[in-house]
Amino acid sequence: MAEASTMRVEVVSPERVLFSGEATQVITRTLGGGEVAFLAGHAPFLAALIANHTRVYLAEGTILDVAVHGGFVEVSNGKVSILTDFAELGSEIDKAKAQADIERLQEQLRHENDAAGAAELARAHARLSAAGGVNGTAAAAH
Amino acid sequence: MAGGQERILRGRIRSVQATKKITRAMELIAASRIVKAQQRVLAAVPYSDQITEVVRDLAAAGGATDSPLLGNRETIKKVCYVSITADRGLCGGYNSGVLRATEAEIKVDIKEGRDYIVVPVGRKADGYLRFRDYNLGTPFNGFSDQPSYANAKEIGEYVVDLYASGAVDKVVLVYTRFITSGTQEVVLRPLVPLEREVVEGGDGKPEGASADYEYEPDPTSILETLIPRYIEARIYAALLNAAASEHAFRQRAMKSATDNAEELIKNLSRIMNRARQDSITTEIMEIVSGAEALSGDSGKHVRLVEIGPIGNSEFAKQ
Repeated sequence: MAEASTMRVEVVSPERVLFSGEATQVITRTLGGGEVAFLAGHAPFLAALIANHTRVYLAEGTILDVAVHGGFVEVSNGKVSILTDFAELGSEIDKAKAQADIERLQEQLRHENDAAGAAELARAHARLSAAGGVNGTAAAAH
Repeated sequence: MAGGQERILRGRIRSVQATKKITRAMELIAASRIVKAQQRVLAAVPYSDQITEVVRDLAAAGGATDSPLLGNRETIKKVCYVSITADRGLCGGYNSGVLRATEAEIKVDIKEGRDYIVVPVGRKADGYLRFRDYNLGTPFNGFSDQPSYANAKEIGEYVVDLYASGAVDKVVLVYTRFITSGTQEVVLRPLVPLEREVVEGGDGKPEGASADYEYEPDPTSILETLIPRYIEARIYAALLNAAASEHAFRQRAMKSATDNAEELIKNLSRIMNRARQDSITTEIMEIVSGAEALSGDSGKHVRLVEIGPIGNSEFAKQ
């Protein structure tokens, strides 16, 4: 990033505000649209999100990993708000448990394919990724 | 006889003291939980504010009118009440306030020829309304003092389903709004369909910018997922308000119970002390009169010797 222009970013769930502060970039995944990155000065944007590993590039240079389990993102007036039913900070996730969940769900889905199980698997992947459990993600990406 | 009464009183005082300890503990617990519950109410505000804004902007941008959850139905045949009470009692008029408001609304509905259904939230509502044979939907229990968003989601999905399937034409929340720890009020809030003023007021444009939003995938499908979330956020806010109010009511009820226990202890100890003093006085009287009766002659003699001169001198003066 050539210039250090920042924007206000908020990650809000009904139970708490997970993050509120200045960041240079936010990457999240929208419903049907794939991964989207927002930089400061992005055009007004409104989208539904799927379970994903959202990365917030903080102004001071570190990356905040958040597992966002569905919700919405609104970009307006130089501010990015992520509204989600449920989200976890990467640092709060138990990596071993996320890994175990994925294996259990994959096993379960091999026998019967249902939408609820698939959604849960997507969430488990998001959690593991946010916890830094998959190679080449999170801090390793940069 | 008198000693027996004293012992009974002592037992009663001890039992009131034990009760007082319990009510005092409950009062302190409730007081500490009010603070936590209040923080949870505040923590939910940013989310509900933002989601309200998004709903408004989206509704104004179009695509809103098709949603079945928006706009009133022409005739309302059946109303659904979601009554939020506590799981436990011992909280003064908290539960009865909500239940009375619900019953009053149902009476009006029956008079005007509408059908109703109540979704009881909290064991007290379930028990009360079931006993009185009201039409009940699925009860939701077991989380009244610490509701989580998952609880709100469950209720939200249930009522949205009721509405969308056409089983009911209107959903109303009945709960106790928390204003301060000194004031709470029972309120009725229409939940589904969304009120006009909630949806209006948005301009469909992001604040401070002239361009329209870009949408992904498109406004209609976003709105379809957004409105249930909005309804859940409203229910969650109501649950949190109700929980904070429950703690406030319980604290007040337990405070007055503690005060009453103190008063009772004071009165009982006064009666007990009087009873004890009475028995002591009686005992002394008995001893004195007994001693007097026993020491018959010699007593008379002594008295004569001592009193004699005084009597004589007084007679002499006369």
